[in-house]
Amino acid sequence: MTGSNPVESNRSTHSPTSSLDLRIGEEQLNLLERLTNACAVSGDEGEVRTIVLESVRSLPTVSEVRVDALGSVLVTCRGSAPERMRVMVAAHMDEVGLMITSSADDGFFRFDKVGGLDERQLAGKQVLVGKDHIPGVIGAKPIHLSQSEERKRAISIESMRIDVGPESAGRVKVGNWATFATKFTRIGDSIRAKALDDRLGVATLIELIRHAPPEVDLLAAFTVQEEVGLRGAQAAAYALDPQVAVVLDCTPANDLPPWDAGDEYSSENIRYNTRLDCGPALYVADRSTLTDPRLLRHFIQVASRSNIPYQIRQPGGGGTDAGSIHTQRAGIPAISISVPGRYLHTAASIARIQDWENTLRLVHAGLTELKPDLLAQSRQ
Amino acid sequence: MDRYCADVSSSHRKHMQKPDLQSLLKDLISVSGISGHEASVRRLIEDAWQPITNQLLSSRLGSLHGLVRGSGPEPRQSLLLAAHMDAIGFMVARITDGFIHLQAVGGIDPRVLPGQLVTVHGREDIPGLIVQPAAHLLPPKTGSGVVPLEHLLVDTGLRAEKVAELVRVGDLVSFAQPPFQMGSDLLAGHSLDNRASVAALTVCLHELRGRSLAWDVWAAATVQEEVTLFGAATSAFELRPSLAVAIDVTFGSGPGSPDHQTYPLGQCVTLGWGPNIHPALFESFKRLADELEIPWKMETLPVHSGTDAIRMQVASGGVPTMVVGIPLRYMHTPVEVVSLKDIQRAGRLLAEFAARLDADYLPKLEASFDPGSDNRA
Repeated sequence: MTGSNPVESNRSTHSPTSSLDLRIGEEQLNLLERLTNACAVSGDEGEVRTIVLESVRSLPTVSEVRVDALGSVLVTCRGSAPERMRVMVAAHMDEVGLMITSSADDGFFRFDKVGGLDERQLAGKQVLVGKDHIPGVIGAKPIHLSQSEERKRAISIESMRIDVGPESAGRVKVGNWATFATKFTRIGDSIRAKALDDRLGVATLIELIRHAPPEVDLLAAFTVQEEVGLRGAQAAAYALDPQVAVVLDCTPANDLPPWDAGDEYSSENIRYNTRLDCGPALYVADRSTLTDPRLLRHFIQVASRSNIPYQIRQPGGGGTDAGSIHTQRAGIPAISISVPGRYLHTAASIARIQDWENTLRLVHAGLTELKPDLLAQSRQ
Repeated sequence: MDRYCADVSSSHRKHMQKPDLQSLLKDLISVSGISGHEASVRRLIEDAWQPITNQLLSSRLGSLHGLVRGSGPEPRQSLLLAAHMDAIGFMVARITDGFIHLQAVGGIDPRVLPGQLVTVHGREDIPGLIVQPAAHLLPPKTGSGVVPLEHLLVDTGLRAEKVAELVRVGDLVSFAQPPFQMGSDLLAGHSLDNRASVAALTVCLHELRGRSLAWDVWAAATVQEEVTLFGAATSAFELRPSLAVAIDVTFGSGPGSPDHQTYPLGQCVTLGWGPNIHPALFESFKRLADELEIPWKMETLPVHSGTDAIRMQVASGGVPTMVVGIPLRYMHTPVEVVSLKDIQRAGRLLAEFAARLDADYLPKLEASFDPGSDNRA
């Protein structure tokens, strides 16, 4: 044991948890419910930040908490092993959403997208606007008044309005953010909520902090502005100066049947990206990052040894905070590990509790077994 | 429904408290009641009407008939006030690997469907989500544009085996967004077409409490309007009213809707005008609205009204009909918006009309088409 700082004396009262004992129970689901029902569009992460600070501040595992210049929450959990790696684990607090772009006395406000949203997902939705969560709806012309030709064209965002009614019109201002009003629901083994991307990552990271493995220095970053260009992670990675980084995100599971499923010569869904029920998704490559092969090998070995199911995310597009973290300073080897989720960036997404639990276990086990000599290995 | 056949004493009627319109309407849109399957909403309406009517009956098709008995000499004339209680929705068309394909019940624009919460009414009620599969899982060229209903799916979050156990082809699927209050006067939600009018009819029945009526007044919550209009057709045949009024929602002004076809929310009720409307009945409503200082606008209906009035007009030898409209934004979407003020106004107008009917009214109305007849009072 090295040194004797006050944190380590704290830690002596806190017995490390075995990764396989970690569970997603009522407490974790309640936290996820609060996190997903909170409104935190990129640039306006305050509500989630408040929950994060509240959740981690008084934990015995935590050595230091600060909020950086962009609004990211940086939490240090110093380990106690003699040789420890400095590991950054990041999850973004922000979600895609909308911003009011013009004033409207009649209560019909123009708006624009914040982050990657499919405009076809907007019509007919309930939304919450601004800090006071003013209720509004995005309507659509009645089918009775539209021509069939018109209904073959998607409704453009320019023609849509957020309608809050005349009474609330004065309380909505240009620049206010808005999000879908969908509330968290549990259905069997699944959870359905808005913003599972990336509140699942945030909730996982809070659990990791609660059960911080003493084998590493855990540098947790709850980042801002991921959905608009991985910005918070850039500043956080520089400040934390880790040796390696693990990014926790939520990645699309496009594991749906193709349109002609059941036909004699039906096509096959070979581009599913990830699948529900197959465990955490390990990234090999996405649009902005080539995963460090040593980290990938490490997590695969840990998963195999611990009998934790995992899947390799199909290489391709998409991106996570790893994209900006791994190029910070002189380079930071990084890997992304995601909970698979369906219908991300829409009003409601669906994920499995079991996949989330396995993600938590795998990341925890991976951190526990992380040795500084990993980086001495050859990258190949 | 037998249990409601018994007369309800009029003293009981007088002591009923006026319900909070907002909570009544929220209740009414928190149940499904898709065309042809209105039982869930009918039960709620029975509960609301039971204390404020003398008799409640169900038609053979399932429409609910509530009578407020008049005190004029027999045979009494009768007024039918009809608001349809059914709503648009879906049926399960087929199931693939636990994902449900939908068939629409009523007119629904598929562009408002991706990302909508629904309830699948299987062996038990299951929450579901309408989803738009990724482009590469759709037929060529479909992926980037409007995805038609046949390619949208419902994901329940349950595994395929569980879905197979709980859901069958033909099961109903209804919108499930909770009611959404926008300020003190506006309410957003699904099925406000036409639960808003059912609420107006309920307001009317409350207004009629304790008032002496010359005519019998039948309030009807009709079935199947969105698909066949047959609820109104059969109710009008069975009740053979002297006059019939359809209460339905009409197009509210809002983004994307042309001004000349729409009416501002919170500012008026509409009075229908056209071949589906008896001109003398229109005149009566118009004069009454002016007298009561209820703001109104004429809704021009050059061909027909698109309401229960179409069928009621030609039922059992013909019935003079009228249409009273409540403006509603984003009709047939899950975020329909309506003003409680307008509902209150419509209910009051209907009640005042019913209360002022006397023995002379019908002869005068009939004479309006034939000024030389002896019917003139």
